[in-house]
Amino acid sequence: MDKGIKILVKDLNLHIGKQHILKNINVAIPEKKITVILGPSGCGKTTLMKSMNRLTDLYPDVKVSGQIYINNEDILHTQMDITILRQKMGLLSQRPYPLPMNIYNNIAYGLRISGRKKKRSLDGRVEHYLKMANLWEEVKDRLRDPASKLSIGQQQRLCLARGLAVDPEIILADEPTSALDPISSQAIEEKFIELKKNYTIVLVTHVLRQAKRIADYVVFMYMGEVVEQGTAEEVFNNPREEKTKNYLKGIFY
Amino acid sequence: MKKRKQIEEKFFRVLMFISTNLIVIILLLIIFSILYKGLPALSWSMISQTPKGGFYFGKEGGILNAIIGSLYLSIGSTLLATAIGLPVALFMNVILVKHKRFIDTIRFFLDLLWGIPSIVYGAFGFTIMIYFGIQTSLLAGIITVTLFIIPIMVRAMDEVLKTVPVGLLETSLSLGSTHSETAFKVFLRQASPGLVTAILLSFGRAIGDAASVLFTTGYTDHIPTSLGQPTATLPLSIFFQLSSPIEEVQERAYASAVVLTVIILVISVLARLYAKRYQKHKINF
Repeated sequence: MDKGIKILVKDLNLHIGKQHILKNINVAIPEKKITVILGPSGCGKTTLMKSMNRLTDLYPDVKVSGQIYINNEDILHTQMDITILRQKMGLLSQRPYPLPMNIYNNIAYGLRISGRKKKRSLDGRVEHYLKMANLWEEVKDRLRDPASKLSIGQQQRLCLARGLAVDPEIILADEPTSALDPISSQAIEEKFIELKKNYTIVLVTHVLRQAKRIADYVVFMYMGEVVEQGTAEEVFNNPREEKTKNYLKGIFY
Repeated sequence: MKKRKQIEEKFFRVLMFISTNLIVIILLLIIFSILYKGLPALSWSMISQTPKGGFYFGKEGGILNAIIGSLYLSIGSTLLATAIGLPVALFMNVILVKHKRFIDTIRFFLDLLWGIPSIVYGAFGFTIMIYFGIQTSLLAGIITVTLFIIPIMVRAMDEVLKTVPVGLLETSLSLGSTHSETAFKVFLRQASPGLVTAILLSFGRAIGDAASVLFTTGYTDHIPTSLGQPTATLPLSIFFQLSSPIEEVQERAYASAVVLTVIILVISVLARLYAKRYQKHKINF
């Protein structure tokens, strides 16, 4: 595997029942960059992302073939403990899913199940990660309140903090701003740009403007296939494929 | 055209209004008739004494044996059914998610079991007792009633757990939880108000059913002191008193029904208060 490549997807095919969802996917995702998987709804971009932390294991009738290498480990055929593998990847979904507990425990949950149980170090870490997600100032006086009481924008930042707290190397984000208002969206985007210093970020989106704002590397997907991939500059300024050009112009069929 | 839609709307509104009120009125009528007939016969001695000689002919005594017996039986079987049923429901909704056809098969069989009348469970329990040479006892009753309420409880819990979004499952797993951590630390909390309702529903069935305990727990005037002894239950106590030709005894049957209703009411309210504590953590998706 090339140096600087964090995730390498090789000949990935995914079927659900008789439907061929992902067709011969070959993607190389660079380390400590923001890679945007771009494409219209239903093109398989979320499925591709979910196969990276094996959440596809949960769905009925899913058949996967091919390889996905993360740190040179083929995660589809690994002896490694799947829970440890998943901890390396923080997940941010389309809408926030806070855990049904208070704000503090939402962050502490991941720490506790990975064996960090000392009260004092937990307190410190909870504060650290809430600050990292720019949420600390808003919640520091009500850490014992249910997470369900937070606004949806705050919930999404809580989910980000929670994901970061388990010390991942990769952040998988599935249209993380689609349920948020513009201000909360901007906060998340700015956070991502800050976070890419230390994390490899994979962002799924269909919003072209968002991709243009933050992408370093772009993977354009259409109908279950990767049409084009390259640096943001290449793909946005000099697209090679007709389909990419059309999508960029906004005239998609 | 517009006129027709308005008439339809009006018709269904009236229909819904009538049905809803009908249900409430019937419920009130039942409660009223129990109270009307039962309250005059309800006395302290009724709920604090066991039957004395000739109780069923209108002499002294009370139904304490049946009250205690019913509580032992229904609490025992509800606990046992929860201990078995909750893991089943969690297993179906957290671990088996990938095997949809298998889950659907389990659901189908549980629904079939739900439909079997309780007298059949009673007969089944009785057959097993004969096989093992056990006499009618509290334990035999608890086991039979447990078998009878497990399908009800599992399906009720299953319906609640089904509403937990798959996104929450993915979230919990991606934080590195195992499936069982997800089940007991996340799903249980998210669904707890509904799970309490499921347990209550089963408790109500357990304490109210007469047919399943008829052959299995038997009946006695004494308060049981061990699991091996026959035990009286309120529904059977009501049945025996109601079938008496003596009017005074019949009135006591209604008094017993009041007691049964009050027990169910008190336990429902307590359990709901308890569930409220967790309600606030439930995420509304």
